[in-house]
Amino acid sequence: MVDYLLDIFSGIGWLSASPNLAFVLAVTLSGLPIFLFMAVNALVAVYAERKVSAFMQDRLGPMGQGVGLHAGKWGLLQTVADAVKLLTKEDIIPASADRKLFILAPFILFIGCFVAFAGLPFNEHVVAADFNLGIFYILAMGSVGVIGVILAGYSSNNKWSLYGAMRSAAQIISYEIPAGLSLLAVIMLTGSLAFRDIVAAQTGTTLGVLPSWFIFDNPFTFFAFWLFFVAGVAEVNRTPFDLPEAESELVAGFHTEYSGMRWSFFFLTEYANMFIVAGVAALAFLGGWLSPFPGYFEGGLWGIFWFMSKAAFLIFIMMWFRWTFPRLRTDQLMRMCWKFFMPASFLTIVGVGIWDLFIR
Amino acid sequence: MGVALEKELGTVHGEEMILNIGPQHPSTHGVLRLRVKTDGEIITEIIPYIGYLHRCFEKHCENLTYEQAIPFTDRCDYIGSMNNNFGYAVAVEQLMDIKVSEKVEYMRVIVAEMNRLASHLLAIGTFGLDVGAFTPFLYCFRDRERILDLFEMLCGARLLYNYIWIGGVSHDFPVGWVEKTYDFLDYFEPKIAEYNELLTYNKIFIERSADVGVIPAEVAISYGVTGPNLRGSGVRWDIRKEETYGIYDRFDFDVPIGTGAMGSLGDCWDRYYVRLRELEESVKITRQALDSMPRDGDVHAAVPKKIRPKAGHVYSRTESPRGDLGFYIASDGSDTPIRLKMRSPAFTALSCLDEIARGWMISDVIAILGSLDIVLGEIDR
Amino acid sequence: MDFAGILTAINTKFGDGFATVDEEAAPETVQVSPSKWGELAPFLRKDDTLSFDAMMCITGIDEGAESENLAVVYNLHSMKQNHKLEVYVSTPRTAPKVPSVEQIWRIADWFERETYDMFGIEFEGHRDLRRILLPSDWEGFPLRKDYQFPDTYRGIVVDKMKEGWE
Repeated sequence: MVDYLLDIFSGIGWLSASPNLAFVLAVTLSGLPIFLFMAVNALVAVYAERKVSAFMQDRLGPMGQGVGLHAGKWGLLQTVADAVKLLTKEDIIPASADRKLFILAPFILFIGCFVAFAGLPFNEHVVAADFNLGIFYILAMGSVGVIGVILAGYSSNNKWSLYGAMRSAAQIISYEIPAGLSLLAVIMLTGSLAFRDIVAAQTGTTLGVLPSWFIFDNPFTFFAFWLFFVAGVAEVNRTPFDLPEAESELVAGFHTEYSGMRWSFFFLTEYANMFIVAGVAALAFLGGWLSPFPGYFEGGLWGIFWFMSKAAFLIFIMMWFRWTFPRLRTDQLMRMCWKFFMPASFLTIVGVGIWDLFIR
Repeated sequence: MGVALEKELGTVHGEEMILNIGPQHPSTHGVLRLRVKTDGEIITEIIPYIGYLHRCFEKHCENLTYEQAIPFTDRCDYIGSMNNNFGYAVAVEQLMDIKVSEKVEYMRVIVAEMNRLASHLLAIGTFGLDVGAFTPFLYCFRDRERILDLFEMLCGARLLYNYIWIGGVSHDFPVGWVEKTYDFLDYFEPKIAEYNELLTYNKIFIERSADVGVIPAEVAISYGVTGPNLRGSGVRWDIRKEETYGIYDRFDFDVPIGTGAMGSLGDCWDRYYVRLRELEESVKITRQALDSMPRDGDVHAAVPKKIRPKAGHVYSRTESPRGDLGFYIASDGSDTPIRLKMRSPAFTALSCLDEIARGWMISDVIAILGSLDIVLGEIDR
Repeated sequence: MDFAGILTAINTKFGDGFATVDEEAAPETVQVSPSKWGELAPFLRKDDTLSFDAMMCITGIDEGAESENLAVVYNLHSMKQNHKLEVYVSTPRTAPKVPSVEQIWRIADWFERETYDMFGIEFEGHRDLRRILLPSDWEGFPLRKDYQFPDTYRGIVVDKMKEGWE
């Protein structure tokens, strides 16, 4: 999108005269939709989370009749009301906190997630910045957020926050590795880091009926998909891997001392990160913007629709996890990563290589 | 230290940090403060500080007549109020040699077992919550709600019933209550399988609770740990069977004990599973009692006009959902007791926390605390 | 074993008259002096025929401001033999001291702390005798009959109980 805008701007006389201004304008114009998308995503996802959890728990969730003091039809306005509440809430910074870092932390976390969004394509055209190493870029930017988490935990000057931050650092850094390695299986098959090529490699059908997405390509990629997805869930701190904010142990973990708008940035980022993990999984393994019925419903807006549906489905699975599983313990989490996920992801790489060379 | 953990972590040690869990903490089941020394995530020492909810129950009782103390027993263990009323009433009746009518005996057993269901449901649900599973908690509350509705229909209160009186109960069962209770039991019995599917045999849940916080039987007895916690350690000890009070000897029920099925004997999972199995037993008892209860009779027939026991004392204990609930009552022949001591099962269960939770992680301490099923109102009195 | 048997076992071990029974007031209660309780407790726990392995309850009693003594009542139970025993230990109000049994029955740790908290009875040999239910800076022992209610606690005015209110 940035390139596209730059092309347009070069045709406008006064803008083409100052390339710096044109670049800033182009970046801002493509950044704004991402920001809006993240906000809307959080609103929708929070509402969905409430309703999904409610239905799983045999209750109704937010409900109300009409607009007024109630939360709207089916509680549709509940998250809006929440957002307004968070915006108008008193901003508390603990007296003993490290003030500068305390203020900075949520923004670092948010920025890490925001820049990652830039590389995420919604269909073959709609992408803020079309890199030729998009998948690598997103993985790299995804780890920037952990600095924000550690800063938040450290600067709060609260022992619970510190525990949350330490757990988070250990967890996110550990699970980056299996997540990256399982994506490597896909990269081996396509020979490219660009999402455009990865998705293009998944067109057509396998065995006549199944779309030839990488998840159906061979048993090892099928396995790699679940490895990536579970490691991704661990990276975004969702149950059963929500140790950094384990509410029954660490009160609220690294964001114990945060409230109001600053806290809502953590929240926004959590849901945006979920979307990124779901989006990358959809692009790399589920054919991205490709239709599940090869040859039908393809191209243009259909692409966005399919991509969003796949991502939404994966987010739904994450919610399903959350409302079903208990939480692991720190050592169990680490053991699972290093003793199971790591060897398994190496195995997928070797397996995919062998499959591609000899069996295909 | 847990053997598995020790193997895993070797001899890596860092600086010790003092951490206060509570009194404002989501998982201490009330206002409990644990001052723990931690080495990283590992706990090296736990000192429980209790008394935040001390409401001078025993001092109050010295200034109250015997029947006025009943509402105070409600407020001690607010999760198992019926059983507290029952225990207190049994103690005073023993002191005064009161024989209550057949119908009242049945009614007491019914409400006490229903209350045990409600209490165990809360224990199971919050234990799930403590290890991070949110949904079983709400499933348990959904079913507990129905029991509370029944109690509301019975005596107007949902938590603090003041239902069992000395020599009787406050109200007869209202019209339709027995049928509704049957309906509830029919509805509830299949739900136990649902808890099993959702939580009991969940791999992560087993990982978190099996082998964790083992209480060996001797330690449990020495610490006075009773009730489901003691049975979880494999000791078949239930006051309802061993020192029958009321009419518990007429019912056919089992006393489930821990077997170490998922880990070692006396771990958190065993304690949890004993509670779950006791749900079935309580349903069984309630059903039998409803079947054979005499339908007519005056529930106030044996209520004494004036409660003035002769000088003497009594120590009687009953099986509350949390264990041996003892009442030591000393009377000097006046309207008020000179001493009324409540031996609370949660108090004794909490006292062994340091012994069993030392060397485990912060997460495990929360799980162990949840598996002990403490009620702070009863510990602090 | 019934009460008479337990009493005989105790008196056989320590000699006649070691433990007394007040037949009228408390027929099933063994009464011993504090110093004798120190010897009796390990015997009750360890003896194979008695083997009182569970301490059910420890209760402090103040029988009235005019009485000169405070008392501690121990309710014991044997899980193995399934018999019970109540031991009544009386101690002077001015200097109430009873030997601790905290290392014999671990639960006695907290029960004795509670009794100390409420009655000020000192348990000799207890390794960690602190207040348990009341704040550590509380003055006086509330369950004693001669306890004076404080007017203030840390500057908080304590309301008096209304006269004639029951």
